[in-house]
Amino acid sequence: MPRRVPHDDRPAYTEFLPRWYRPRMSTYWWLKRRAYLTFILRELSSVFVAWFVVFLLMLVAAVSRGEESYRQFLSWSGSPVVVVLNLVSLFFVVFHAVTWFNLAPQAMPVRLRGKRIPGSWVTASNYAAWAVASALVAWLLLGG
Amino acid sequence: MADRIALQVLRYRPEQEAEPTVEQYEVPCRKDWVVLDGLNYVKDRLDGSLSYRWSCRMGICGSCGMMVNGEPKLTCATFLADYDPGPVRVEPLSNFPVIRDLVIEMGDFMRKLPAVKPWIVRKEEKPLPEGGYLQTPEQMDEYKQFSMCINCMLCYAACPVYGLDPTFLGPAAIALAQRYNLDSRDQGARERLEILSQHDGIWGCTFVGECTKVCPKDVDPAAAIQRYKLKAALEWLKPFFLWGSER
Repeated sequence: MPRRVPHDDRPAYTEFLPRWYRPRMSTYWWLKRRAYLTFILRELSSVFVAWFVVFLLMLVAAVSRGEESYRQFLSWSGSPVVVVLNLVSLFFVVFHAVTWFNLAPQAMPVRLRGKRIPGSWVTASNYAAWAVASALVAWLLLGG
Repeated sequence: MADRIALQVLRYRPEQEAEPTVEQYEVPCRKDWVVLDGLNYVKDRLDGSLSYRWSCRMGICGSCGMMVNGEPKLTCATFLADYDPGPVRVEPLSNFPVIRDLVIEMGDFMRKLPAVKPWIVRKEEKPLPEGGYLQTPEQMDEYKQFSMCINCMLCYAACPVYGLDPTFLGPAAIALAQRYNLDSRDQGARERLEILSQHDGIWGCTFVGECTKVCPKDVDPAAAIQRYKLKAALEWLKPFFLWGSER
Protein backbone atom coordinates (compact mmCIF):
# COMPACT_ATOMS: atom_id res chain seq x y z
CA MET A 1 0.00 0.00 0.00
CA PRO A 2 1.39 3.42 -0.86
CA ARG A 3 2.01 5.62 2.12
CA ARG A 4 -0.58 8.27 2.84
CA VAL A 5 0.62 11.78 3.34
CA PRO A 6 -0.67 13.06 6.71
CA HIS A 7 -3.30 15.82 6.55
CA ASP A 8 -3.90 15.09 2.92
CA ASP A 9 -7.22 13.65 1.96
CA ARG A 10 -6.31 12.74 -1.59
CA PRO A 11 -6.78 9.02 -2.19
CA ALA A 12 -3.48 7.29 -1.51
CA TYR A 13 -3.16 5.50 -4.83
CA THR A 14 -3.36 8.60 -6.99
CA GLU A 15 -0.09 9.89 -5.57
CA PHE A 16 2.21 8.00 -7.89
CA LEU A 17 0.24 5.16 -9.40
CA PRO A 18 -3.25 5.84 -10.59
CA ARG A 19 -5.59 2.89 -10.81
CA TRP A 20 -5.92 2.39 -14.53
CA TYR A 21 -8.96 0.91 -16.14
CA ARG A 22 -7.87 -1.71 -18.67
CA PRO A 23 -10.69 -2.53 -21.07
CA ARG A 24 -10.46 -6.01 -22.54
CA MET A 25 -11.17 -6.68 -26.17
CA SER A 26 -14.35 -8.67 -26.68
CA THR A 27 -14.04 -12.10 -28.30
CA TYR A 28 -16.45 -10.77 -30.91
CA TRP A 29 -14.41 -7.67 -31.78
CA TRP A 30 -14.48 -8.67 -35.44
CA LEU A 31 -18.24 -8.16 -35.55
CA LYS A 32 -18.00 -4.55 -34.42
CA ARG A 33 -16.88 -3.04 -37.68
CA ARG A 34 -17.53 -4.03 -41.27
CA ALA A 35 -13.83 -3.68 -42.11
CA TYR A 36 -12.90 -6.06 -39.29
CA LEU A 37 -15.43 -8.62 -40.55
CA THR A 38 -14.07 -8.32 -44.09
CA PHE A 39 -10.58 -8.85 -42.71
CA ILE A 40 -11.57 -11.96 -40.72
CA LEU A 41 -13.37 -13.43 -43.75
CA ARG A 42 -10.28 -12.76 -45.87
CA GLU A 43 -8.13 -14.60 -43.32
CA LEU A 44 -10.67 -17.45 -43.17
CA SER A 45 -10.61 -17.72 -46.97
CA SER A 46 -7.10 -19.22 -46.75
CA VAL A 47 -8.69 -22.45 -45.46
CA PHE A 48 -10.75 -22.71 -48.66
CA VAL A 49 -7.78 -21.81 -50.85
CA ALA A 50 -5.95 -24.71 -49.16
CA TRP A 51 -8.94 -26.96 -49.84
CA PHE A 52 -8.76 -26.19 -53.58
CA VAL A 53 -5.09 -27.15 -53.54
CA VAL A 54 -5.92 -30.44 -51.81
CA PHE A 55 -8.76 -31.04 -54.31
CA LEU A 56 -6.40 -30.47 -57.23
CA LEU A 57 -3.81 -32.83 -55.75
CA MET A 58 -6.51 -35.47 -55.26
CA LEU A 59 -7.50 -35.07 -58.92
CA VAL A 60 -3.90 -35.49 -60.07
CA ALA A 61 -3.47 -38.55 -57.84
CA ALA A 62 -6.70 -40.08 -59.22
CA VAL A 63 -5.62 -39.48 -62.83
CA SER A 64 -2.21 -41.05 -62.17
CA ARG A 65 -3.87 -44.20 -60.78
CA GLY A 66 -5.75 -44.86 -64.00
CA GLU A 67 -9.12 -44.51 -65.66
CA GLU A 68 -11.21 -46.37 -63.09
CA SER A 69 -9.90 -44.25 -60.23
CA TYR A 70 -10.48 -41.08 -62.29
CA ARG A 71 -14.12 -42.06 -62.84
CA GLN A 72 -14.56 -42.71 -59.14
CA PHE A 73 -13.11 -39.30 -58.38
CA LEU A 74 -15.48 -37.66 -60.88
CA SER A 75 -18.56 -39.29 -59.36
CA TRP A 76 -17.39 -38.40 -55.86
CA SER A 77 -16.83 -34.75 -56.85
CA GLY A 78 -20.35 -34.73 -58.34
CA SER A 79 -21.91 -35.59 -54.99
CA PRO A 80 -23.95 -32.74 -53.47
CA VAL A 81 -21.70 -32.31 -50.42
CA VAL A 82 -18.57 -31.83 -52.53
CA VAL A 83 -20.37 -29.54 -54.99
CA VAL A 84 -21.63 -27.33 -52.14
CA LEU A 85 -18.18 -27.30 -50.52
CA ASN A 86 -16.58 -26.32 -53.83
CA LEU A 87 -19.15 -23.57 -54.43
CA VAL A 88 -18.47 -22.12 -50.97
CA SER A 89 -14.74 -22.42 -51.64
CA LEU A 90 -15.13 -20.66 -54.99
CA PHE A 91 -16.92 -17.79 -53.26
CA PHE A 92 -14.11 -17.44 -50.71
CA VAL A 93 -11.34 -17.72 -53.31
CA VAL A 94 -12.97 -14.97 -55.39
CA PHE A 95 -13.50 -12.92 -52.23
CA HIS A 96 -9.84 -13.39 -51.32
CA ALA A 97 -8.69 -12.35 -54.79
CA VAL A 98 -10.92 -9.27 -54.99
CA THR A 99 -10.10 -7.95 -51.49
CA TRP A 100 -6.41 -8.66 -52.06
CA PHE A 101 -6.35 -6.88 -55.44
CA ASN A 102 -8.01 -3.88 -53.83
CA LEU A 103 -5.25 -3.75 -51.21
CA ALA A 104 -2.43 -4.19 -53.72
CA PRO A 105 -1.86 -0.48 -54.51
CA GLN A 106 -1.11 0.18 -50.83
CA ALA A 107 1.58 -2.46 -50.69
CA MET A 108 3.04 -1.61 -54.10
CA PRO A 109 3.64 2.01 -54.95
CA VAL A 110 4.62 1.84 -58.61
CA ARG A 111 6.55 4.70 -60.13
CA LEU A 112 6.67 5.53 -63.81
CA ARG A 113 9.19 8.17 -64.88
CA GLY A 114 9.53 9.38 -61.30
CA LYS A 115 5.78 9.83 -60.76
CA ARG A 116 3.63 7.52 -58.69
CA ILE A 117 0.93 5.95 -60.84
CA PRO A 118 -2.64 5.98 -59.49
CA GLY A 119 -3.62 3.06 -57.24
CA SER A 120 -6.51 2.10 -59.53
CA TRP A 121 -3.97 1.26 -62.27
CA VAL A 122 -2.22 -1.22 -59.98
CA THR A 123 -5.58 -2.82 -59.11
CA ALA A 124 -6.58 -2.88 -62.79
CA SER A 125 -3.30 -4.55 -63.80
CA ASN A 126 -3.94 -7.26 -61.20
CA TYR A 127 -7.40 -7.89 -62.68
CA ALA A 128 -5.92 -7.88 -66.17
CA ALA A 129 -3.32 -10.50 -65.16
CA TRP A 130 -6.13 -12.57 -63.62
CA ALA A 131 -8.18 -12.34 -66.84
CA VAL A 132 -5.19 -13.37 -68.99
CA ALA A 133 -4.40 -16.34 -66.73
CA SER A 134 -8.07 -17.41 -66.74
CA ALA A 135 -8.27 -17.08 -70.53
CA LEU A 136 -5.13 -19.20 -70.88
CA VAL A 137 -6.58 -21.93 -68.64
CA ALA A 138 -9.90 -21.81 -70.53
CA TRP A 139 -8.06 -22.12 -73.86
CA LEU A 140 -6.06 -25.09 -72.57
CA LEU A 141 -9.17 -26.87 -71.31
CA LEU A 142 -11.62 -26.08 -74.11
CA GLY A 143 -9.78 -25.34 -77.29
CA GLY A 144 -6.10 -26.20 -76.98
CA MET B 1 -30.76 21.09 -37.35
CA ALA B 2 -31.64 20.90 -33.64
CA ASP B 3 -30.05 23.60 -31.52
CA ARG B 4 -28.87 21.14 -28.89
CA ILE B 5 -27.27 17.71 -29.05
CA ALA B 6 -26.69 15.04 -26.39
CA LEU B 7 -23.10 14.09 -25.56
CA GLN B 8 -22.80 10.69 -23.91
CA VAL B 9 -19.41 10.84 -22.27
CA LEU B 10 -17.63 7.90 -20.68
CA ARG B 11 -16.58 8.86 -17.17
CA TYR B 12 -14.04 6.96 -15.13
CA ARG B 13 -13.24 8.29 -11.67
CA PRO B 14 -10.91 5.73 -10.10
CA GLU B 15 -11.48 7.16 -6.60
CA GLN B 16 -15.21 6.38 -6.75
CA GLU B 17 -15.83 3.66 -9.33
CA ALA B 18 -14.13 0.49 -10.54
CA GLU B 19 -15.59 0.65 -14.05
CA PRO B 20 -16.43 3.52 -16.38
CA THR B 21 -19.98 4.87 -16.46
CA VAL B 22 -21.77 6.97 -19.05
CA GLU B 23 -22.95 10.50 -18.34
CA GLN B 24 -25.13 12.49 -20.67
CA TYR B 25 -24.81 16.23 -21.24
CA GLU B 26 -26.84 18.55 -23.46
CA VAL B 27 -24.61 20.90 -25.41
CA PRO B 28 -25.36 23.50 -28.10
CA CYS B 29 -25.19 22.04 -31.61
CA ARG B 30 -23.80 24.84 -33.72
CA LYS B 31 -22.75 24.56 -37.32
CA ASP B 32 -19.13 25.39 -36.51
CA TRP B 33 -18.81 23.38 -33.30
CA VAL B 34 -16.68 20.29 -33.09
CA VAL B 35 -16.92 17.53 -30.46
CA LEU B 36 -14.08 19.20 -28.55
CA ASP B 37 -16.12 22.43 -28.34
CA GLY B 38 -18.91 20.34 -26.83
CA LEU B 39 -16.51 18.88 -24.23
CA ASN B 40 -15.15 22.35 -23.42
CA TYR B 41 -18.73 23.53 -22.96
CA VAL B 42 -19.35 20.68 -20.51
CA LYS B 43 -16.13 21.47 -18.64
CA ASP B 44 -16.84 25.24 -18.47
CA ARG B 45 -20.59 25.22 -17.79
CA LEU B 46 -21.86 21.83 -16.67
CA ASP B 47 -19.24 19.68 -14.96
CA GLY B 48 -15.75 20.98 -14.24
CA SER B 49 -14.55 17.57 -13.15
CA LEU B 50 -14.52 16.14 -16.69
CA SER B 51 -10.95 15.26 -17.74
CA TYR B 52 -9.66 15.07 -21.33
CA ARG B 53 -6.59 16.13 -23.30
CA TRP B 54 -6.51 18.86 -25.88
CA SER B 55 -4.25 21.65 -26.99
CA CYS B 56 -4.11 23.19 -30.45
CA ARG B 57 -7.73 22.56 -31.62
CA MET B 58 -6.49 22.65 -35.22
CA GLY B 59 -5.45 19.07 -35.95
CA ILE B 60 -1.73 19.36 -35.45
CA CYS B 61 -0.94 18.58 -31.78
CA GLY B 62 -2.50 15.12 -31.80
CA SER B 63 -3.78 15.36 -28.21
CA CYS B 64 -7.55 15.20 -28.58
CA GLY B 65 -7.97 11.75 -30.11
CA MET B 66 -11.02 9.94 -28.73
CA MET B 67 -13.59 7.41 -29.85
CA VAL B 68 -16.59 9.23 -31.31
CA ASN B 69 -19.51 6.85 -31.83
CA GLY B 70 -16.99 4.01 -31.82
CA GLU B 71 -14.61 5.52 -34.39
CA PRO B 72 -11.18 6.91 -33.49
CA LYS B 73 -11.33 10.64 -34.29
CA LEU B 74 -9.56 13.89 -33.58
CA THR B 75 -12.33 15.61 -31.63
CA CYS B 76 -11.14 19.01 -32.87
CA ALA B 77 -11.88 17.95 -36.45
CA THR B 78 -15.17 16.11 -35.89
CA PHE B 79 -18.22 18.31 -36.26
CA LEU B 80 -21.19 17.87 -33.94
CA ALA B 81 -23.58 18.75 -36.74
CA ASP B 82 -22.48 15.65 -38.65
CA TYR B 83 -23.98 13.56 -35.83
CA ASP B 84 -27.25 15.50 -35.67
CA PRO B 85 -29.71 14.61 -34.10
CA GLY B 86 -27.36 12.65 -31.85
CA PRO B 87 -26.60 11.36 -29.32
CA VAL B 88 -22.82 11.49 -29.73
CA ARG B 89 -20.94 8.95 -27.68
CA VAL B 90 -17.46 10.06 -26.62
CA GLU B 91 -15.09 7.46 -25.16
CA PRO B 92 -11.37 7.28 -24.46
CA LEU B 93 -9.21 5.85 -27.27
CA SER B 94 -9.54 2.08 -27.53
CA ASN B 95 -6.67 -0.32 -26.80
CA PHE B 96 -5.08 1.89 -24.13
CA PRO B 97 -5.47 1.84 -20.33
CA VAL B 98 -7.68 4.66 -19.07
CA ILE B 99 -6.30 6.94 -16.36
CA ARG B 100 -9.37 9.07 -15.91
CA ASP B 101 -12.48 9.88 -17.97
CA LEU B 102 -11.18 10.43 -21.52
CA VAL B 103 -7.48 10.46 -20.63
CA ILE B 104 -5.56 7.39 -21.74
CA GLU B 105 -2.14 6.14 -20.64
CA MET B 106 0.22 6.53 -23.60
CA GLY B 107 3.46 5.35 -21.98
CA ASP B 108 3.56 2.25 -24.19
CA PHE B 109 3.54 4.30 -27.40
CA MET B 110 6.06 6.75 -25.97
CA ARG B 111 8.46 3.88 -25.28
CA LYS B 112 7.97 2.32 -28.71
CA LEU B 113 8.53 5.52 -30.63
CA PRO B 114 12.24 6.05 -29.79
CA ALA B 115 12.87 2.31 -30.24
CA VAL B 116 12.68 2.73 -34.04
CA LYS B 117 15.15 5.66 -34.01
CA PRO B 118 12.92 8.24 -35.67
CA TRP B 119 15.71 10.65 -36.44
CA ILE B 120 18.37 10.96 -39.12
CA VAL B 121 21.13 8.44 -38.40
CA ARG B 122 24.52 9.14 -40.02
CA LYS B 123 27.46 6.76 -39.99
CA GLU B 124 29.72 9.76 -40.06
CA GLU B 125 28.66 13.36 -39.61
CA LYS B 126 29.89 15.76 -42.26
CA PRO B 127 32.00 18.62 -40.83
CA LEU B 128 29.94 21.75 -40.22
CA PRO B 129 31.71 24.00 -42.78
CA GLU B 130 30.64 21.64 -45.56
CA GLY B 131 27.05 22.68 -44.99
CA GLY B 132 23.79 20.75 -44.63
CA TYR B 133 22.64 17.59 -46.30
CA LEU B 134 20.88 18.68 -49.44
CA GLN B 135 17.86 16.99 -50.91
CA THR B 136 15.90 17.36 -54.15
CA PRO B 137 12.10 17.79 -54.12
CA GLU B 138 11.82 14.27 -55.61
CA GLN B 139 13.85 12.84 -52.74
CA MET B 140 11.61 14.63 -50.27
CA ASP B 141 8.48 13.27 -51.97
CA GLU B 142 9.72 9.76 -51.17
CA TYR B 143 9.02 10.13 -47.46
CA LYS B 144 6.92 13.28 -47.09
CA GLN B 145 3.61 11.45 -46.65
CA PHE B 146 4.98 9.43 -43.73
CA SER B 147 6.43 12.55 -42.11
CA MET B 148 2.95 14.04 -41.62
CA CYS B 149 2.29 11.84 -38.55
CA ILE B 150 1.25 13.85 -35.48
CA ASN B 151 1.45 10.92 -33.00
CA CYS B 152 -2.27 11.11 -32.23
CA MET B 153 -2.46 7.31 -31.78
CA LEU B 154 -5.77 6.97 -33.63
CA CYS B 155 -4.13 4.18 -35.67
CA TYR B 156 -3.36 2.26 -32.48
CA ALA B 157 -6.98 2.61 -31.39
CA ALA B 158 -8.14 1.22 -34.76
CA CYS B 159 -5.67 -1.67 -34.87
CA PRO B 160 -7.11 -4.98 -33.57
CA VAL B 161 -3.64 -6.53 -33.61
CA TYR B 162 -2.45 -3.94 -31.10
CA GLY B 163 -5.63 -4.42 -29.06
CA LEU B 164 -5.09 -8.18 -28.83
CA ASP B 165 -1.31 -8.05 -28.42
CA PRO B 166 0.06 -4.79 -27.00
CA THR B 167 3.65 -5.91 -27.65
CA PHE B 168 3.07 -5.11 -31.37
CA LEU B 169 5.18 -2.13 -32.35
CA GLY B 170 2.15 -0.57 -34.03
CA PRO B 171 1.30 1.49 -37.14
CA ALA B 172 2.62 4.95 -36.30
CA ALA B 173 6.01 3.77 -35.00
CA ILE B 174 6.59 1.67 -38.13
CA ALA B 175 5.41 4.46 -40.45
CA LEU B 176 7.84 6.84 -38.74
CA ALA B 177 10.68 4.34 -39.07
CA GLN B 178 9.85 4.14 -42.76
CA ARG B 179 9.80 7.94 -42.97
CA TYR B 180 13.50 7.96 -41.99
CA ASN B 181 14.40 4.86 -43.99
CA LEU B 182 13.17 6.56 -47.16
CA ASP B 183 15.03 9.78 -46.39
CA SER B 184 18.03 10.21 -48.71
CA ARG B 185 20.05 11.80 -45.87
CA ASP B 186 19.57 8.84 -43.53
CA GLN B 187 21.91 5.86 -43.13
CA GLY B 188 20.17 4.06 -40.27
CA ALA B 189 17.99 1.61 -42.23
CA ARG B 190 20.04 -1.41 -41.09
CA GLU B 191 19.80 -0.46 -37.42
CA ARG B 192 16.04 -0.05 -37.76
CA LEU B 193 15.69 -3.33 -39.63
CA GLU B 194 16.84 -5.17 -36.48
CA ILE B 195 13.91 -3.77 -34.52
CA LEU B 196 11.32 -3.73 -37.29
CA SER B 197 11.92 -7.25 -38.58
CA GLN B 198 11.29 -8.81 -35.17
CA HIS B 199 8.15 -10.80 -34.57
CA ASP B 200 6.52 -7.88 -32.75
CA GLY B 201 7.53 -5.52 -35.55
CA ILE B 202 6.19 -5.56 -39.10
CA TRP B 203 5.33 -9.29 -39.05
CA GLY B 204 2.76 -8.69 -36.32
CA CYS B 205 0.70 -6.72 -38.85
CA THR B 206 -1.99 -8.73 -40.63
CA PHE B 207 -2.99 -5.87 -42.97
CA VAL B 208 -6.41 -5.09 -41.54
CA GLY B 209 -5.86 -1.63 -43.04
CA GLU B 210 -7.96 0.34 -40.53
CA CYS B 211 -4.94 2.40 -39.37
CA THR B 212 -4.87 4.04 -42.79
CA LYS B 213 -8.62 4.69 -42.85
CA VAL B 214 -8.67 6.50 -39.50
CA CYS B 215 -5.46 8.52 -40.00
CA PRO B 216 -6.37 12.24 -39.92
CA LYS B 217 -3.20 13.20 -41.80
CA ASP B 218 -3.37 10.61 -44.64
CA VAL B 219 -0.10 9.04 -43.55
CA ASP B 220 -1.12 5.53 -44.69
CA PRO B 221 0.74 3.47 -42.08
CA ALA B 222 -0.62 0.23 -43.59
CA ALA B 223 1.23 1.01 -46.81
CA ALA B 224 4.43 1.76 -44.90
CA ILE B 225 4.24 -1.60 -43.14
CA GLN B 226 3.46 -3.67 -46.27
CA ARG B 227 6.26 -1.97 -48.21
CA TYR B 228 8.62 -2.64 -45.37
CA LYS B 229 7.60 -6.32 -45.26
CA LEU B 230 8.68 -6.63 -48.88
CA LYS B 231 11.97 -4.90 -48.14
CA ALA B 232 12.65 -7.06 -45.07
CA ALA B 233 11.87 -10.24 -47.03
CA LEU B 234 14.27 -9.19 -49.79
CA GLU B 235 16.96 -8.39 -47.22
CA TRP B 236 16.46 -11.85 -45.74
CA LEU B 237 16.78 -13.48 -49.18
CA LYS B 238 19.84 -11.50 -50.23
CA PRO B 239 22.52 -13.75 -48.67
CA PHE B 240 21.10 -16.75 -50.56
CA PHE B 241 21.49 -15.08 -53.92
CA LEU B 242 24.40 -12.71 -53.56
CA TRP B 243 27.50 -14.52 -52.43
CA GLY B 244 29.91 -12.39 -50.51
CA SER B 245 27.58 -9.38 -50.47
CA GLU B 246 27.31 -7.23 -47.39
CA ARG B 247 24.81 -8.79 -44.97
